[in-house]
Amino acid sequence: MGQETKHLEVTLETQVESVNLAEEMCLRLAEAAGFGEDECYRIGMSVREGVINAFHYGNKEKPEKKIHLAIDLTPEKMIIHVTDEGAGFILKDVPDPLAEENLLSTSGRGIFLMRAFMDEFDVVKSQKGGAEIVMSKRLPGADSAQSNGNGSGGHDRAPRRGA
Amino acid sequence: MALHLTPRDSGPITVVDASGRITLGDGSANLRKTIRQLVDEAHVNILLNLADVDYIDSSGIGELVSAYTAVRSKGGELKLLHLTKKVHDLLQITKLFTVFEVFSDEPSAVRSFK
Repeated sequence: MGQETKHLEVTLETQVESVNLAEEMCLRLAEAAGFGEDECYRIGMSVREGVINAFHYGNKEKPEKKIHLAIDLTPEKMIIHVTDEGAGFILKDVPDPLAEENLLSTSGRGIFLMRAFMDEFDVVKSQKGGAEIVMSKRLPGADSAQSNGNGSGGHDRAPRRGA
Repeated sequence: MALHLTPRDSGPITVVDASGRITLGDGSANLRKTIRQLVDEAHVNILLNLADVDYIDSSGIGELVSAYTAVRSKGGELKLLHLTKKVHDLLQITKLFTVFEVFSDEPSAVRSFK
């Protein structure tokens, strides 16, 4: 393959402003990568939710902790990693926000939205023990036959193992 | 874009015209403050006009749910008016359409309050 993978990595402070900053940054990259308006919205929202998760649940809003955002732009897809410095969590333990008893919950929809809006989504334990959200969106026009086997793109909402 | 909220009376109903984004931080906090203030002043029948709100994140959704339960606990109702497509889709995938009453014209919405 002649096209190279582009990699961007930033360390964000654990503060509300980081949420907007991360969203803005990923939106610009997504636009430059050729995603349309709707897909940019979904990517921006997912990054936003990932950073909110790291800010609030992972780092418990502690300013001494950092949020690590990394983006890989391969010829096939945009892969986003959001890593916190918290204790990590098990994805299957996250309550289903669509369950009748959770509909009036005032929190707990971020993971659901990321899963719904991205093609691939998973949470793994980072090297330092925090949670690492890994999610990706197939580039417009990318041929699914060229996939490396980590996912088929499309709109499957089921979580799969990330990068 | 900051969230602006402008309450106005429509008979016994308070219509709150919202514009901007309802997101983590100022947007959610502003909504919470406005609803609390209305509830404290016994304005518990509220129609939230979201015609100029095209972005809500999970924090904003949580704030809408919180406003809904706060108003209901005082015997009132919170209903939504004029959803943009993005907000409509968001409420649909989160199943909150089964919770909120949603209207596309104001007179019908106002009449729907008991």
